[in-house]
Amino acid sequence: MDSLPDIAGPIVKRHRLSTRLWHWLNALLLYILFASGLGIFNAHPRLYWGQYGANFDRAWLELERFGSWWTLPASYNLALSRHWHLAAAPIFAFALLAYMLWSLANRHVFRDLAFRRGELAPRHVWQDIRDHARLRFPTGAAALRYNVLQKASYIGVIFVALPLVILTGLTMSPGMNAAWPWLVDLFGGRQSARSLHFIAAFALAAFFLVHILMVLLAGPLNEIRAMITGRYRVPQDKSGERP
Amino acid sequence: MMFARRALLLGATAALTGCDRLARNDQFRRALFSAENFHKWAQRSLMARDALAQEFRPDQISPIFRANGTANPNTPAYKAIWRTGFADWRLRVDGMVARPLSLSLSQMHALPHREQITRHDCVEGWSAIGKWRGVPLRTILDAAGLRQDARYIVFHCADDMGGGRSYYESIDLVDAFHPQTILAFALNDRPLSVANGAPLRLRVERQLGYKQAKYLMRIEAVDSIANIGHGKGGFWEDYAGYDWYAGI
Repeated sequence: MDSLPDIAGPIVKRHRLSTRLWHWLNALLLYILFASGLGIFNAHPRLYWGQYGANFDRAWLELERFGSWWTLPASYNLALSRHWHLAAAPIFAFALLAYMLWSLANRHVFRDLAFRRGELAPRHVWQDIRDHARLRFPTGAAALRYNVLQKASYIGVIFVALPLVILTGLTMSPGMNAAWPWLVDLFGGRQSARSLHFIAAFALAAFFLVHILMVLLAGPLNEIRAMITGRYRVPQDKSGERP
Repeated sequence: MMFARRALLLGATAALTGCDRLARNDQFRRALFSAENFHKWAQRSLMARDALAQEFRPDQISPIFRANGTANPNTPAYKAIWRTGFADWRLRVDGMVARPLSLSLSQMHALPHREQITRHDCVEGWSAIGKWRGVPLRTILDAAGLRQDARYIVFHCADDMGGGRSYYESIDLVDAFHPQTILAFALNDRPLSVANGAPLRLRVERQLGYKQAKYLMRIEAVDSIANIGHGKGGFWEDYAGYDWYAGI
């Protein structure tokens, strides 16, 4: 089913062990956290801005309960959803912290994720958007580097969305509010933090969908193998030129 | 993309059934439930023993304070004390104390008060801010003379949760002696309404709503929660699997 280019390119080492381990741990934990989070949300499917918010207050979003296909556990059980969520959350948070520190230490962030000179020029970004829209994926040596949209989304996820979802989650804890009251001030109240937690979770779900789509379009077997074994077959230009 | 969508749904369904099956395994369940111990340890390590829950300004109070849990105990015994305006109500303080007490509402009013505008966080996710007035639990425990071997304070309530089981909750001594832990008889400058736990309810401000026991009848000092209810320390802990430590 993999649409390998007609000329198979060389196999190279693509992803570090730390990246591969973190990737698959995250795949599991984010699934558990998202599904159990929706189960918790179902207990009160209304969102507010500010310090307080309950049934008599104005909600900015009011939803029906998510169906049993979405939630963990499938049937409504707030206590069990919380057990899943609160057991997975610390592992997820400390794994992110470890990965961030390790990726700074081994220079993964600077080497592979940091924007290079000229990459952020509007013309370059626009070209990248056009290439994505036309599903023209890089080949040869260019396929080994992340393009500017990839870098932006990886940086956005690792340094913005994931820390946001963790910190807003902590802000909902009354115990943490006593320990770190600045968290509540940072997000403008517990109910604002709950709203931002929900928005960040859906931003991550959107990233997941685009990520899966890109893997499917770029050749799922090669991409998945690269994330499991680290070995990646460099796609070649179909016009037949060898590097 | 239909294929991808189906594959995703199929994957999600498979993961869900797998997770639900895992959660029925006793050992896995115990591991899952033990996250509570980590959170309790982490939070207690991060916060000072007497770190205060946030207090708010009067203009930040919720226009309507949503009541949690039982709206009206409606039992014959409760109705009888309600009819007398709680004149016949007494709070019993017993268990591992040197001097068991029996306190009337007017005796509670005569004790030193604390007033605090705090946020009530329900386990369901909503929050309401209200101004509470009451007697610090510490004052009562000091008056009763807590014995050295007491470890937990158990709250027995008037509301019948079905099948003759009354609501109960418990906290440990860290929270029992916390300055914001009060036995409240007023909300927003008015005597506690029935929906909010009249005549007296617990406020333990660093934990979730189900710990805030309403309709208090008896306070018992114990050395272990193993013999209270089914041994998990509270009604929802015993019957629904909620965490005993509700700081998160």
